[in-house]
Amino acid sequence: MTFLHQYPKAAKVAKANFIVAFIALAIGGLFGFIQALHRTDVFRGFFNSGEYYTLLTGHGVLLALIFTTFFIAGLFVWGVTRSLDREPENMTFTWSWFWLMTIGLIMTAVTILGGLVPDSSIRAAVLYTFYPPLQAHPAFYIGLALVIVASWMAGADWFWSYNKWRKNHPDERIPILTFMALFTMMMWYVCTIGVAVEVVGLLIPWSLGWVTEIEPLLPRTLFWYFGHAVVYFWLLPAYYVWYAILPKLSGGRLFSDAMTRIVFVIFLLLSTPVGYHHQYADPGISVGFKFYAMATTMLLLLPSLMTLFTVVASMEHGARQRGGKGYLKWIGKLPWDSPAFVGCALAGIMFAAGGFSGMINASMNINLLIHNTIWVPGHFHLTVGTAVALTFMAISYWLIPQLTGRKLKFKTLALIQPYAWFLGMTLMSNAMHRAGLAGVPRRTAEPQYSGFEFEPIFGTMAEMDWQIAIGGTILTISLILFLWVITASWMGGEKSDRPVDDYIPEPLSGAEHTPKILDNMKLWFALAIILVLLAYSFPLWEMISDGIFEPGALPRPS
Amino acid sequence: MIVFFIATVVYGFVAMDLKVIGNYETIDPQNLSDTPFGTPGVKEVTKNGATEYEVYVQTLQFAFLPGTSSPITVPADTRITFYITSPDVLHGFDVAGTNLNTMAIPGQISKFTTIFPEAREYGIVCNEYCGPAHHIMEGKIEVVPKSEFDKSNLVE
Repeated sequence: MTFLHQYPKAAKVAKANFIVAFIALAIGGLFGFIQALHRTDVFRGFFNSGEYYTLLTGHGVLLALIFTTFFIAGLFVWGVTRSLDREPENMTFTWSWFWLMTIGLIMTAVTILGGLVPDSSIRAAVLYTFYPPLQAHPAFYIGLALVIVASWMAGADWFWSYNKWRKNHPDERIPILTFMALFTMMMWYVCTIGVAVEVVGLLIPWSLGWVTEIEPLLPRTLFWYFGHAVVYFWLLPAYYVWYAILPKLSGGRLFSDAMTRIVFVIFLLLSTPVGYHHQYADPGISVGFKFYAMATTMLLLLPSLMTLFTVVASMEHGARQRGGKGYLKWIGKLPWDSPAFVGCALAGIMFAAGGFSGMINASMNINLLIHNTIWVPGHFHLTVGTAVALTFMAISYWLIPQLTGRKLKFKTLALIQPYAWFLGMTLMSNAMHRAGLAGVPRRTAEPQYSGFEFEPIFGTMAEMDWQIAIGGTILTISLILFLWVITASWMGGEKSDRPVDDYIPEPLSGAEHTPKILDNMKLWFALAIILVLLAYSFPLWEMISDGIFEPGALPRPS
Repeated sequence: MIVFFIATVVYGFVAMDLKVIGNYETIDPQNLSDTPFGTPGVKEVTKNGATEYEVYVQTLQFAFLPGTSSPITVPADTRITFYITSPDVLHGFDVAGTNLNTMAIPGQISKFTTIFPEAREYGIVCNEYCGPAHHIMEGKIEVVPKSEFDKSNLVE
């Protein structure tokens, strides 16, 4: 018996979410490959430089917003159903959020791809940050709004299951797989308020022409109210995997239940009031609020370092169970031949590197050296592009068999895949970071200029371009391997009652040692709201007190 | 460790004068002609008895005004205050390889002060996506020795 046989209805929903996620991953990844060759001037024959920005928008929206959201929905359906031991409460409701989210995605995707049709009036080359006054087709914004609303419904679905479960289990602790999902969704509710107000309150009326002018700073600030918390919305499900599943894959069990819960509580509190750290270079926001955002950002180092400790301790415990000895020699006893383990472990290593460049980004005045340079994509290809994406891919090797009742095929290819991703990303990301230090901008089709040359501190521009192009190519090969292994296993894997070992052992230090207050969802949610009000109420008031759409700028076609 | 990181930033702020911008001053982006941005360029001012310069720059799709068709020429070793705004969409104003890096947002004025220590040329890059020809948007700053600074190109 595996998940498919125990919870066939939930398995179907999770599978539907994963299918959409993987299609988005395939298309978004292909766009990334074309960009890597175009930017570096290795090959510019696919599209012209104006169309580059359409591809870039597709890359960002499909990977950062669509792949992640659908994958997370599938993962949480699996985790909540399994840990509460209940199918979703009402399948009509569950399928309605899935289809609403899919309709939203299709609307948005069509407007973006319209930019590749010559003379099309349906365009949305506004990148995934969609800053006005650059204006996309209204369906772009409406589609995004539908995706967000549907994700709220998905969260409500899990809270619904939890409340029903609670009635039958009044004294039990929230199961850890449900706890992490619900806290992630609470954080998501707090942060998506900003983007929902932006899109529904400002951008949709403006794109439909009901108002002609827009104040650019206000939507930009609302976007970043959401825009950094969203990275924790991607990251926490990766933590979900590292805390709940990775210890088991290493041959052991989770080190501490309490640590896990504390980390998720801190993320709920601190994920949102950090948004100004994307706006250090903006006029119109005072230094004091930027400083507050920097302090909260730096405090987030704490839960990340706690995660490092807990996850490594869990892995070490696993390795010792497998006969590992010594201070560091145990590392060799980890299952380096298991694709799911290898992917998660390499993703964790890359995340540590991404954390270091993140501290530079967070440091207000040092940030100005690299703000909007290619250093920044270098950073987030380590975090979301590897820590999150590689973890999601790796855990698919363990989850998809449970959802399809079929064993994994092509295990050797599956094992090569995460190593290839690691290699490709090492090449690409180090070059992006170094190019950023020289001032090479991000988000540009042709980062070479007629009037001056960049002066790299380490290496040469040509060498960096080649590392980005070769790294991007290796990443694409890795992505093709992943899609091939998953598709082949899904369609033709050997049927089995127990295609993987899906038993998850209890933590070493279990929930009975965890302070009860950590499960008090209302308390933590209220505190999170207060911290957000402290950060945002005054600056937002300053921006809207002279009129919501004032000082107004006219829309420009994208 | 967290305290150390924050302290590093504060030290940079206070001791090394590494500030970030944070002024709140709005302007009507559709009506820049009645403001100092209507005659963009380098202006001479006297502050605390010393001669300083102010540079008013408009960033627009897809040029810096001034900066693109003619370089922004300023003297070395002198306080220069930049005022930057945009009449159309978001742009970036990044002096490549330095920490002079700010957003240009319609409706807002970015202001920062710097001293260029020596005579040399710098490239200016627009580092915020601003439309289909974003990648051609570049400019130049020409820092000349104080003694060779030609005041005939100043604007009033």
